[in-house]
Amino acid sequence: MAYHSFLLEPISCHSWNKDRTQIALCPNNHDVHIYKKDGTKWTKIHELKEHNGQVTGIDWAPESNRIVTCGTDRNAYVWSLKGEVWKPTLVILRINRAARCVSWSPKENKFAVGSGSRLISICYFEQENDWWVCKHIKKPIRSTVLSLDWHPNNVLLAAGSCDFKCRVFSAYIKEVEEKPGPTVWGSKMPFGEVLFESGPSGVSGGAGEGAGGGWVHGVCFSHSGNRLAWTSHDSTVAIAEGGKTSTISSLSSETLPLLCVSFITENSLVAAGHDCYPVLFVYDGTKGSVTFGGKLDVPKQTSQRGISARERFQNLDRRATSSETTEQGLESLHKNSISQISVLEGGKSKCSTFCTTGMDGGMVTWDVKSLESDLKDLKIV
Amino acid sequence: MAKNTLSSRFRKLDIDEFDENKFVDDHDEPVDNQGPDGAEIDNLIRQYPLRDMMTAFHIALRNPPVNTKNPAIKERALAIVLRVLTSFKSSDIEPAVKSLDRSGVDLLMKYIYRGFEKPSDNSSAILLQWHEKAFAVGGLGSIVRVLTARKTV
Repeated sequence: MAYHSFLLEPISCHSWNKDRTQIALCPNNHDVHIYKKDGTKWTKIHELKEHNGQVTGIDWAPESNRIVTCGTDRNAYVWSLKGEVWKPTLVILRINRAARCVSWSPKENKFAVGSGSRLISICYFEQENDWWVCKHIKKPIRSTVLSLDWHPNNVLLAAGSCDFKCRVFSAYIKEVEEKPGPTVWGSKMPFGEVLFESGPSGVSGGAGEGAGGGWVHGVCFSHSGNRLAWTSHDSTVAIAEGGKTSTISSLSSETLPLLCVSFITENSLVAAGHDCYPVLFVYDGTKGSVTFGGKLDVPKQTSQRGISARERFQNLDRRATSSETTEQGLESLHKNSISQISVLEGGKSKCSTFCTTGMDGGMVTWDVKSLESDLKDLKIV
Repeated sequence: MAKNTLSSRFRKLDIDEFDENKFVDDHDEPVDNQGPDGAEIDNLIRQYPLRDMMTAFHIALRNPPVNTKNPAIKERALAIVLRVLTSFKSSDIEPAVKSLDRSGVDLLMKYIYRGFEKPSDNSSAILLQWHEKAFAVGGLGSIVRVLTARKTV
């Protein structure tokens, strides 16, 4: 587990290039910095300055090597590398509020931008006029779109929003692709069609609960696209399976809300959030249940120091317990909330390394194999 | 006030009600969740310590009035639950909390926080004890769910 502290400011968003030697991140200002890995050191090689507002989303397309960024200035730029310099192309999103998240589609011929204008802009490149055009998905979104994830078939898009719902839309653009075949989520997919909408979180949980849910912070399709997981602000994580969408399995966790989630195998997901450490969840498809798999972090170092009487009273005064441990700060690697998780190696089906960035300006790369061996009762199915 | 008519009636308008982008919750009001049955609880409490407080507890937590917007029903339910909670002995609290499932703990937390809103002489101490035990089982997540729940008890 390597922890690298990039800056003192929070890292708003990040994205890796194809061979994972370069990372583009936003240090909570209007720019995007690209760092290159030299052994164990990171050096800044590019600064992309074009946005007039904080950059809220970055995505680096691995095959075509283009970066799309979106920001609170209501714009998105597509950057292409010309020689040694990144050149931006403005994309008119036609939104009147900030853009919140952006994601290239799997085939990289279009990208989706979620915004505070309660809509998703699907942008594709029009050859004749040599510019990026966008189409809007408006209904039935009632509030800011916080997170997006594409289905592997390049047409379906999952969106988590502040109106407490997670939805799967069809983003089929007839100008750039052929009609998609049927999937478990549905067979008729005209543009903007809602194929799945979650009820408030906890729909299949306790009988009278239906607690109304919270903002949906993170969504993720599994590698096959048959499963969709989302985390919500009421500290729950839920998984729906396409085809069996009437039953949503959800788990009310005991942690603080989780902000981001990613599948690492078809049955396991890693999520992280305000608790500053990633947690593992295991989904059992046959029983339709989500269970807590374990906390993924450095093992606890217990110190066997004796404690003096004076310290005991001091602890009692300050913390109302005369406990032995004198933990000054958090025991986790990250010292502040984790805002984004990205899979580095292995894809979403057999992930072997993933990376987290957070509000403490640090980035940690986690190795799944060594986590499994370090934390004894961890099982990744 | 308005210059030409010298009237301040426009100040009584709630302009947010006319905003076409206003978020309206989709709320339905089934009539079955009318709150726990007061008479049954009274009976059980009167027979305490002969009777089992656990059954009173479980009955009190049944049928929470989460779906209605009627404040009278909610007040009544709250009063009943608080009566049960305050008549528990300290040593009985932990097994009672342990007997609840996940959604029950969340519901208990909601009632505890509602009870905190109107402290009376002896309610705060016992509610804090309930809170400590419920927190040990539910964790921070259960408190977050109290804060984010749109259907309040």
